[in-house]
Amino acid sequence: MKEMYTITAFSENHIGLLNRITIVFSRRHINIESLTVSSSEMKGVHRFTIVIEEDEELVNKVVKQIAKLPEVLRAAYFQNDDIIYREIALYKISIDSAIDKNLEHLLREYNARMVDIQKDFVIIEKTGHVEDTEKLYDMLKHFNILQFVRSGRISISKQKKELSAYLSELPINEYVKG
Amino acid sequence: MKKISGAEAILRSLVEEGVDTIFGYPGGAIMPIYDNMHIQDHNINHILVRHEQGAAHAAQAYAQVTGKPGVCFATSGPGATNLLTGVTNANLDSIPTVFITAQVPSHLLGSDAFQETDMVSLSMPVTKWNYQITKAEEIPDAIAKAFHFAKTGRPGPVLLDITKDAQINEFDFRYKKIKSIRSYIPKPQLKSTDVDEAIAMIQKSKKPLLLAGHGILLANGRDELLSFVEKTEIPAAVTLLGKSVIPEDNPNYVGMLGMHGNYAPNILTNRADLIIAAGMRFDDRVTGDLKRYAVNAKIIHVDIDEAELNKNIAADLAINADIKEFLKEITPKISYKTDSAWLSEFERLNKIETDKVIKPECFPSTGKIRSGEAIFRLSEQTKGEAIVVTDVGQNQMMAARYYKYMNPNTLITSGGLGTMGFGLPAAMGAQVGQPEKTVVLFAGDGGFQMTFQELGTIFQYNLPVKMMILNNNFLGMVRQWQDLFMDKRYAETIMPTPDFPLMAKAFGINSNIVVERENLDKAIYDMLNTPGPYLLEVKIEQETNVFPMIYPGSAVDEIVLEG
Repeated sequence: MKEMYTITAFSENHIGLLNRITIVFSRRHINIESLTVSSSEMKGVHRFTIVIEEDEELVNKVVKQIAKLPEVLRAAYFQNDDIIYREIALYKISIDSAIDKNLEHLLREYNARMVDIQKDFVIIEKTGHVEDTEKLYDMLKHFNILQFVRSGRISISKQKKELSAYLSELPINEYVKG
Repeated sequence: MKKISGAEAILRSLVEEGVDTIFGYPGGAIMPIYDNMHIQDHNINHILVRHEQGAAHAAQAYAQVTGKPGVCFATSGPGATNLLTGVTNANLDSIPTVFITAQVPSHLLGSDAFQETDMVSLSMPVTKWNYQITKAEEIPDAIAKAFHFAKTGRPGPVLLDITKDAQINEFDFRYKKIKSIRSYIPKPQLKSTDVDEAIAMIQKSKKPLLLAGHGILLANGRDELLSFVEKTEIPAAVTLLGKSVIPEDNPNYVGMLGMHGNYAPNILTNRADLIIAAGMRFDDRVTGDLKRYAVNAKIIHVDIDEAELNKNIAADLAINADIKEFLKEITPKISYKTDSAWLSEFERLNKIETDKVIKPECFPSTGKIRSGEAIFRLSEQTKGEAIVVTDVGQNQMMAARYYKYMNPNTLITSGGLGTMGFGLPAAMGAQVGQPEKTVVLFAGDGGFQMTFQELGTIFQYNLPVKMMILNNNFLGMVRQWQDLFMDKRYAETIMPTPDFPLMAKAFGINSNIVVERENLDKAIYDMLNTPGPYLLEVKIEQETNVFPMIYPGSAVDEIVLEG
């Protein structure tokens, strides 16, 4: 049965690694729902958060093929219940409609906030699950949305010891003396 | 410390890694490296091929017969892209190879400069690792990593793309080999509980079958395999690339698996109650229909690559370990003897195949020479001691079936990729790696014509390769499928051939052609006993099919002996 899975991978910060990792998906004709790459808390280590909708058996195979890449330090997959996850969305609203007094009420109700005000528009920020950012989008429709953007998912696992904690225990590269 | 150029650093790094042979072809962007090879004596033997694809196949075969990584040089652009078929072949067959391609100067990267190709992106899906060097200072570390990745764990090809400025600029050279890399665990820890569990499963089984794969050869684990088989008497079948891991006269050797493998091990795969898969990956050519594979068996799968475990076949016991270590660990601990009734089932089925297929193929009395017959005769005359290299297709399956392999790493063939044109350049590389051994090539007339420019290389270095062309004037394997599945519509599989012996003569290579059965033995004898390279064209039956065969979509035990 196809379900949403979140894959977390840690890799060396080298050119081309993103390509190597996405090839694992494209080879198997898997569509990536969302992808976030950024530096982790460890220097020189990047963190990938990849969301796909597939059977667990296939997800398992894909994760092993990512983990086997020589420059990937660790890879694991999670179901939504195993993680706390968020995405961030930004909405650009024209200033005229923003002056409407209902906007402030709406932002409060949806736990969103105004992060910037310009002469012609305001920027609203909302963090949450896809459904939350989408719902706010629907509500803001009649405020005249000039632009909308959402990020990929970021997640943290509910395990007591995060994957990255294991990484700090890894030895650095060793060379033969000579 | 004296500064040296990147080009010299590359050569000195290769020497540090024990490289003494390179297959390659010069060109614009790689000229600094070649120039350095010319002005300094690095004790590196460079083999000038006639096409970069040939260099790649030769390097792979060199690696297989020497156990050392094969190394290639190619220039940027077309030189580099010509390597790719060989890189892919080495990737699918897990052969340690290091490909060094030159690149345009770094300030021109991405500008569509002359002979610029994005080799890192192009080779990414078909290499174990690759890297672009844009600064001379990066060279020692990148080469150390390249060899570490190529040789350890599940071996494979790596590619280093080196910009021209990185070859020219000078720096303080110091070389350090890699001991370990934090993101890479080449050898997983074998768990003693896994060994114990495997022993328990084997002891419970009445009908065990061992599937010995290429991984055992790559792990140098032949002795451990033989001890295990001798002690337990578990019947051992091999994959195509596992051929030669066990001498074919071993009493427990039961033949080859897969589409054109032997009758007994394929049928009995579905009667076995335990399959021990050792260093193999359940390729679809081995398993046939996955849903009806090993239907009565529990499965123990041991492989060094965790991604292979539970990939095609779900294992009851999946062991991520080095197969040599596993066999070494299990043999002294296990006490088990296979029931002789189970072994005799193999003998019974083997007899059926011998009567129906093997005897008519190897000992025909009428008609034209058959390919199995020619291969079998050559096997007899070389006592199974030659290094056999094949092309792809019917010649390959016949060579796998009818040569009696006695020594490890003596079948060099393109398994995973099935690369026509692999044979001649690979035979050349095998001969460079083992100059004293007899290297025999079996090729079809089609595959031979794909890369036969390498006759020029064989001529230049006087490599004593014994080339047998099995000429049926057909692309035989495709024709076989057209015969069996497309009502003999021979679309583009009929092929007139040039005068092969005359062509050999143009390269100064001795040659002969044999048409009549009574001349075959003498022709083979002359080929083997004439010093230097030799081309023997054998005119064979035109429309014969390789049997037994598991038809596409069929189960292993639906293997047929005739069409």
